[in-house]
Amino acid sequence: MSTRRIFARPARFASIAPYVWMVLFFLVPFAFVLKISLSQTAIAQPPYEPVFDLTAGWDALRSAFAAFSIDNFRLLVSDDIYVFAYVRSLTVAITATALLLLIGYPIAYGMARLPKRWQAVAMVLVIVPFWTSFLIRIYAWINILQHDGLLNQILLTLHLVSQPVVWLSTDSAMYIGIVYSYLPFMILPLYATLAKMEPALEEAASDLGAPPWQVFWLVTFPLSLPGVGAGVLLCFIPIVGEFVIPDLLAGSNSLMIGQTLWLEFFTNKDWPVASAAAIALLVVLLVPLLLYERLQKRQLEQGR
Amino acid sequence: MPAAGQPLLRIEGVAKTFGTFRAVDGVSLDIKAGEFFALLGPSGCGKTTLLRMLAGFEAPDEGRILLGGKDIAQALPHERPINMMFQNYALFPHLSVRDNIAFGLKRAGMARADIAMRVAEMVALVKLEGLEKRKPDQLSGGQCQRVALARALARRPQLLLLDEPLAALDKKLRESTQAELMELQRRLGMTFIIVTHDQEEAMTMASRIGVMKSGKLAQVASPRELYEAPRSRWIAEFVGDINLFDGESKLRDGHRLIIGTRDAGALVVAEPREPVGAGRFSIAIRPEKVKLSRRGPVSEVGRETAINRLDGVIADICYLGGTTTYKVKLDTGGTVQASVANSARLDVDAYSLNQHVVAWFTPDDCVVLQS
Repeated sequence: MSTRRIFARPARFASIAPYVWMVLFFLVPFAFVLKISLSQTAIAQPPYEPVFDLTAGWDALRSAFAAFSIDNFRLLVSDDIYVFAYVRSLTVAITATALLLLIGYPIAYGMARLPKRWQAVAMVLVIVPFWTSFLIRIYAWINILQHDGLLNQILLTLHLVSQPVVWLSTDSAMYIGIVYSYLPFMILPLYATLAKMEPALEEAASDLGAPPWQVFWLVTFPLSLPGVGAGVLLCFIPIVGEFVIPDLLAGSNSLMIGQTLWLEFFTNKDWPVASAAAIALLVVLLVPLLLYERLQKRQLEQGR
Repeated sequence: MPAAGQPLLRIEGVAKTFGTFRAVDGVSLDIKAGEFFALLGPSGCGKTTLLRMLAGFEAPDEGRILLGGKDIAQALPHERPINMMFQNYALFPHLSVRDNIAFGLKRAGMARADIAMRVAEMVALVKLEGLEKRKPDQLSGGQCQRVALARALARRPQLLLLDEPLAALDKKLRESTQAELMELQRRLGMTFIIVTHDQEEAMTMASRIGVMKSGKLAQVASPRELYEAPRSRWIAEFVGDINLFDGESKLRDGHRLIIGTRDAGALVVAEPREPVGAGRFSIAIRPEKVKLSRRGPVSEVGRETAINRLDGVIADICYLGGTTTYKVKLDTGGTVQASVANSARLDVDAYSLNQHVVAWFTPDDCVVLQS
């Protein structure tokens, strides 16, 4: 048996594996959610109708399809609660991503300029927080930010404030939590692009008369854009749908879309509206994703 | 501009240490305006570190670097009127050929119209017309090399540094590019310092060569002097091929020395300028200066003057096209290499393996090397 034959089968399986994954864990659940979003609320189990009853025959199925409506989506657009939740989610995601880029870039840049063996250490330091449960880390922040928490104690000791600052249940606390939690997702792709950049390129720029800040803006930054794009998307998309951090750290007067979803699902038991909100969120997130895809394709074509 | 007689670049006792490794160890060197100077040496000899100190990427720990009389040792790269062509070209991948060449001009605050003119001039100089809008990854290796050269020349630097500029090109392209670089340097009247580990490249292009070894300049000389009068055994072996015979005893005979060697018996050599000291010494002779014949020296020179005559048999033949290198196993024990020009296409006289021959050379073709 030739080596080619031995490897042919697993290789073919490997090539369809992502599609199998997509169908099983994305398309099928998506179809469920889409179906529910087109249904009506009902006091029943499950809490919506129509329900597909495959045993009732073809006619029952047809009438179930006829009962579908887009009322839930109309509600999303007409009710301020949802519009505000989307706007707030996007605002929080944009602000937090900008903060992450601002904080993450210098860290990634510094890491990439460390001697080789220290780079590995820095990498571990960035990843180490993942060894503790995400939830525990957020609760730790509650502890730090509370009225007599560590942050206020430090501020009082340094006489920066005269009385404890209210941190918890504010947007500041939420941004602290988000930036803290997502920072590694911003740093790692940035570090990857910066570390593989040829140092001679920066040297060439300074040799040609560019002072350090021009070297950065004319050479380093443009060449790190693929990393910036990856980091921004890795942070932006999950932050838009973020639920835990705003729920635990931010106030309850303005909700993000993830929290609204939760309310609809578990408090109001309105599965159809919650499903419609989830699908709308997906569409909102698809736009930046497709933009990024196009950007990457263009870069690949230029790379040829 | 330096005053008349003053060197353009003066390197004074420059040293650089990385950790405990002394990469450049007290180098002093003068380079005149308009020179094509080559820094030659094996990898790790400090030639690249020295070049990087001239460009400003490394600051020397000791010594001064004077450009036109002004010490620039601590100046930052962007403050120096020196440009460098990088080993792997370091072209900006996100910029077109035109923008790569214009990069340095824009930094100098040149007017737009002047930049366009200078870029066009540079593009023509390196024959890249029509490729101005291409990105570096759409160019061949040779084209990238030209862009790098144009970019480094665009600012008309007082001094151009070239770090292994031809290492990435194939042999044919390298040879034609060597010729173009020399022509360009002559035409522009610019001062070039090239770093290379390729002794042939250094010999072909440079008017003067500095050979570096372990962070020090071992010899600074013209290509001919370096080849014909190397200062040490190490240089003789590094630059071209050479036969070496360890000397065991010496005897003066007028203007000649008679040297006893273990491998080749007694050899007559011209007395060197510097007297031979007490230490270890050897006789060196380049392969192309060793003649072969079937019976012995036949030339006029041979009859008139004392000559060195070594009997042996052909042990190895290496045909190189233009020349053939014969390895002769001497009856006295050693071997000697002789490089013979293949001056006729049908050489009925060519030597064959195990054939008995006489290898001979004149005293003037020998060099006495100490250490």
